[in-house]
Amino acid sequence: MSSDELQGYKKTLNSPYTGIKGWIDSRLPLIRMMEAEYLKFPVPKSLNYFWSFGGIAMFCLIGLILTGIFLGFHYKPSAEDAFDSVERIMRDVSFGWLIRYLHANLVSFFFIATFIHIFRALYFGSYKAPRELVYIFGLTMFMLMMATAFLGYTLPWGQMSYWGATVITNLFSAIPVVGDAILQLLLGDFTVGDSAVNRFYVLHWLLAFAIVGLVVFHVITLHMTGSNNPTGSEPQSWDETVSFHPYVTIKDLNAALFFFIIMAFILFYYPNILGHSDNYIKANPMITPAHIVPEWYFLPFYAILRAIPDKLGGVIAMFGSILALGLLPWLDTSKVRSCLFRPIWRYCVLLFAVNFLVLMYVGGKPADDIYVLISRIGTAYWFLFIFVLAPLVGFLETPRQPLTITNYLQSKKA
Amino acid sequence: MSNRKKPRRDFIKLSAMTLGGVGAASLLIPFISSMNPGKDTLALASTEIDLSPLEEGQSLTVIWRGKPVFIKHRTKSEIDTAKNTSLDELPDAEEDSARVQKDNWLVVLGVCTHLGCVPLGQKASDTKGDFGGWFCPCHGSHYDTSGRIRKGPAPTNLPVPPYVFLTDNRIKIG
Ligand code: HEM
Ligand code: FES
Repeated sequence: MSSDELQGYKKTLNSPYTGIKGWIDSRLPLIRMMEAEYLKFPVPKSLNYFWSFGGIAMFCLIGLILTGIFLGFHYKPSAEDAFDSVERIMRDVSFGWLIRYLHANLVSFFFIATFIHIFRALYFGSYKAPRELVYIFGLTMFMLMMATAFLGYTLPWGQMSYWGATVITNLFSAIPVVGDAILQLLLGDFTVGDSAVNRFYVLHWLLAFAIVGLVVFHVITLHMTGSNNPTGSEPQSWDETVSFHPYVTIKDLNAALFFFIIMAFILFYYPNILGHSDNYIKANPMITPAHIVPEWYFLPFYAILRAIPDKLGGVIAMFGSILALGLLPWLDTSKVRSCLFRPIWRYCVLLFAVNFLVLMYVGGKPADDIYVLISRIGTAYWFLFIFVLAPLVGFLETPRQPLTITNYLQSKKA
Repeated sequence: MSNRKKPRRDFIKLSAMTLGGVGAASLLIPFISSMNPGKDTLALASTEIDLSPLEEGQSLTVIWRGKPVFIKHRTKSEIDTAKNTSLDELPDAEEDSARVQKDNWLVVLGVCTHLGCVPLGQKASDTKGDFGGWFCPCHGSHYDTSGRIRKGPAPTNLPVPPYVFLTDNRIKIG
């Protein structure tokens, strides 16, 4: 490289700002990055409120971390102390009840936001090229969220904590030959006990922050392509976009506030409605509660686990159900993204959403014949949707010509 | 860059990669191994139990290595049904005689081999399942009077822990 070229290359790194802003920005280019990615960033004009749930999920994550830190000031991770320390948070710590109820209910609302967010991605085809990695990072976060929530739920050391942890960690014993050794390695003991709470607490923190790290990748990959929108058509000009700030910021904030008003209603009037009362009984390794159920957000996957009569098979189906969703960008053969223009696939996706709710319902019921049958049909549809319908419907259906963003907005006015 | 330097560059790459690779791999061992149960946990705490208070038909739950162990003083009819079950009916075929040291005492781990719940059947008021032994409420596994799996998702029989009879009425588990 000649010296001129070298100087020219360095010049492109110079800050566009002057003064203190310029001084900082030429040493730490954060200000210009934030301006490009969050203030001026062009976003399709046609976004609807489905697009607010990513931001809402992020608010939930921030809330969980803040409340988690304050819970951590009082929580004691041992089989001996955990339950009592949580009871102390509820009774003796100033506003401890509020912080704990916030943490527990934010988790539920985090999952609600995430489920809607995922549905949005499916319905409007956001998973398709060129946003495959955005989608994959999203699914990865979803799996980490489930792991974090599972670990967190063991911490209060109630009966549901204990037996949920026992049943879920025992899934590893389904692995042929080395299963039991792996289980002992994970628990540091022969059963869920003191050693497990201790390390689950550490991992609960660690994974929560790992999610934060993945949010960064999720957003970097998103900002390489920009947001999808209800039409699935890319913006053709600046006219079809608005700047992220103030248009999207104010809309998302507004949506988030309504969302959190609903959460506040649950939080203040029915703080335990999404939990299980047995978790207010201290863990007893000698007695399993008569009807153990996971937290509501795990129920669809629990239903899939129970649908398969074989232990290893059930575990594979459960984890496979989420992993398989990651193949959708490559299995969906249609050129058209949005379900607005896909007459058959649209109903497949809607049925997938209904099926998800049905699985959630049967997952919370006892393993009686009728519920097992429904969960088998639901599980079958889950995999049929991904491996058969996605490739097939893309070939068979004749999609409508997708509208441009401008035409879509006009047609909505008309 | 002259060609003469190439072997040295190759060498330094190869050396860094092997040393780094072997080093990282061997460092992994102590870290992973540290997650295993510690020596204190492993120290096989053995438990001694006096069986004399147990009447025929009664059961006792004791703790061994943090897990419940079921001790059942079996009745004549319970022994007979266990003995007369044909091996073809068993998902995890095992003779009753291979599971007990003395016919009237059954000692098994009270941990469902499906996903680790504690089956019901120890108390007189408990449901004992379709085969008169234990019933796991978590996902519906039925065990017989020999602790063998008969119906439901559990893959294997309730395991028999290592134990010895110290006298006719005392056993030591572990
Ligand atoms: C991804 C974000 C997170 C999720 C999904 C999550 C989930 C959960 C859940 C489900 C519980 C049990 C709530 C209950 O039944 O009471 C819990 C408890 C707890 N979490 Fe988190 N959490 C997250 C982030 C954090 C962070 C970042 C911290 C600390 C820095 C933290 C610290 C705690 C503590 C100390 C408890 C035990 C006290 C209690 O039971 O309320 N959490 N978490
Ligand atoms: S744990 Fe006993 S049936 Fe599943």
